[in-house]
Amino acid sequence: MALLEGLASIHPDIHTREYWEYCGKKELRFQKCGGCGAFRFPPLTGCRECGSTDVSWVAVAGRGRVFSYTVVHHPAIPEVREHVPYPVVVVEFDDAPGVRLISNVLDISYDEVEIGMELDLVWDEPSPGVVLPRFKKV
Amino acid sequence: MSMKDKCAIVGVGLTPYGKRGEFFEIPQSDQIRGALNIALEESGLELQDVDGFCSYSVDSNDPGMLAPSLGIPNVNFSNMVFGGGGGGTCGAVANAAAAIHAGLAEVVMVFKIITQPAHARFGASYGSKQIAANPYSDFHRPFGLVSPVQFMAMLFQRHMHRFGTKPEHLAEVAVATRTHASRNPKALKRERLTIEDHQQSRLIADPFRLFDCCQENDGGGVILVTSAERARDLEQKPVYIMAGAQGGSSQWGHGLTMQNQPDDVYASAGHKHLAERLYRMAGVGPDDVDVALFYDHFSGLVILQIEDYGFCKQGEGGPFVEDGGLLWKGGRMPVNTHGGNLSEVYLLGLTHIAEAVRQLRGESSSQVDGAEIALVTAGPSNLPTSSLLLRR
Ligand SMILES: [Zn+2]
Repeated sequence: MALLEGLASIHPDIHTREYWEYCGKKELRFQKCGGCGAFRFPPLTGCRECGSTDVSWVAVAGRGRVFSYTVVHHPAIPEVREHVPYPVVVVEFDDAPGVRLISNVLDISYDEVEIGMELDLVWDEPSPGVVLPRFKKV
Repeated sequence: MSMKDKCAIVGVGLTPYGKRGEFFEIPQSDQIRGALNIALEESGLELQDVDGFCSYSVDSNDPGMLAPSLGIPNVNFSNMVFGGGGGGTCGAVANAAAAIHAGLAEVVMVFKIITQPAHARFGASYGSKQIAANPYSDFHRPFGLVSPVQFMAMLFQRHMHRFGTKPEHLAEVAVATRTHASRNPKALKRERLTIEDHQQSRLIADPFRLFDCCQENDGGGVILVTSAERARDLEQKPVYIMAGAQGGSSQWGHGLTMQNQPDDVYASAGHKHLAERLYRMAGVGPDDVDVALFYDHFSGLVILQIEDYGFCKQGEGGPFVEDGGLLWKGGRMPVNTHGGNLSEVYLLGLTHIAEAVRQLRGESSSQVDGAEIALVTAGPSNLPTSSLLLRR
C-alpha cells in the first residue's frame, strides 16, 4: 500500500498548474521573484516582499532539511486510518531560502524524525499521474 | 477618530452548551432567538432597538432571512468577518463598535451558532472532500495534514526546538484551565486533571495530546453592542470596548496551512501584529491587563499568544505557565478563568468574550479581584484573526 494513497489526488488550477506540471516531469521548481529575488511557495501571483508579479520558476537540487514536523497519531479522517502513526515534515532548502514544503519522509520509523535532519528528494507516485515530492533521510 | 471607549457590550446571551451534533436539528434562527432574548432581557433593550448584525466564520444566517424571522423591523448595518473557525469573534464585535461609532447603526447584535452534523466536524475540516477540491489544499492534504491540530502542532514543535519549551508546559495550560472549569458550574469538563493525567493521555499530533485539544460543541450566542452614551442608561454595568484589532501580518498570511512564515513568526500564534495595534489603539500595555481570555483550541497556542501579547518575551512562554502560572489566584496572569474551549465549552470564542464581560462586571466564578481591563483573543488561524481590549 502506497503511503497515504487514499489522499493521493491533486486539483491544479490556473495558479498551481505549472508547479504540478514540473512535478510530473520530476522537477522541483519554485517561483522566484523577478523584482527582489525572494522565493515563494505555494504559488501566488505576487511577491509578499515587494509586490512584483515578475516571476521565474527555478529548480532546486533536492537536498533539504527538516524545519519542523509532527507525527500524526489520531486519524482525523478515515483515509488515514491504516497509516497512523505517520510523520509529516516541513522541509526547507539551502538553494531556495524562504520556501517551506510540506511532505513526508519515506522508509523511516515515525519516531526517528527530528528537526535539522538532512533529506534528499525522491519522486513518489502513490496514484497514477499524481507525482509528489517526498524525501528520504540522507 | 478613535473609537476607544465609545461603545460598550451591554448584553450577552448564550444558548445551552450542547454536545457536538446535539442541536443539529434545531434551526439556528431559533437558537439565535433564544440567545437574543437572554441578551435583551439582561440589557434592558427591546427587540425593536436592534438594527444591525455582525457575524463571522462564513455564517449562513443572512440578514434578509434573519431580520424578519426574529421580528427586527429595520436593518441598518450588516457585515461579516472573513475566514473560518474562531478567528473572527473579536473582529465581529469590533465591526459592531465601528459601525455604531460611525453612526451607521445604534444597537448591533453579534451572533454565531455552531451546529455540526456528525460527518463534518471541525477537527477533520481540512480533510473534507469539499476542501480537498481547493487547489491550495494540494500542498498539505496529500501529505496527510488534514486537521487544525496537526498544523498547530508543527508550530509548537519548532518552538520547543528553538526555546526548550517542554510537553509539561502544555500540561500546565490544560491543568490551570481545568482548575477554572471545576469552579464554573456551567463547564462541561469539571473533573480535576493533573500534570500526570495530561502526560499519560494519548498523542493526537505530536507534541499535542488529547488534553491539549479543545472540545467540539453545539450552541452559540448573541452579544449586544451599543454606544457608550446609550449603555449608561441600561441595566448592566457597561463593558467598554477600548480597542479591537482585526487582520494580521502578511508574513503570517496563510501561514497555518502553508507553514511558510519567517522563523520568528512561525514559532508564534501569528498575533503579534494585532497585539501591537491593539495596545496602541487602547493606549495601554500588557502590564495593564488584569485577566486574559486566550482562544484555546489547543493548549500550546495559549503559550504562543502569551508571548505575542507581550506578557513575556518570545521563548519564555513555557516558564511563564510553570507552577500554576495561569491560575486565577496566585498565578502570573489569570488566563481563561471560565475554563476555556479546553474545558468549559467550545462555541467559537463567544464564551471568551462572555467571560471577559463577567470579569468586568464582577460576576465570574473565578473572579479576579478588581479586574478593570480584559484582553480577549479570537482563534489563531490563517489571516484574518482578531482580538479585543475591554474595560469596565
Ligand atoms: Zn519580490
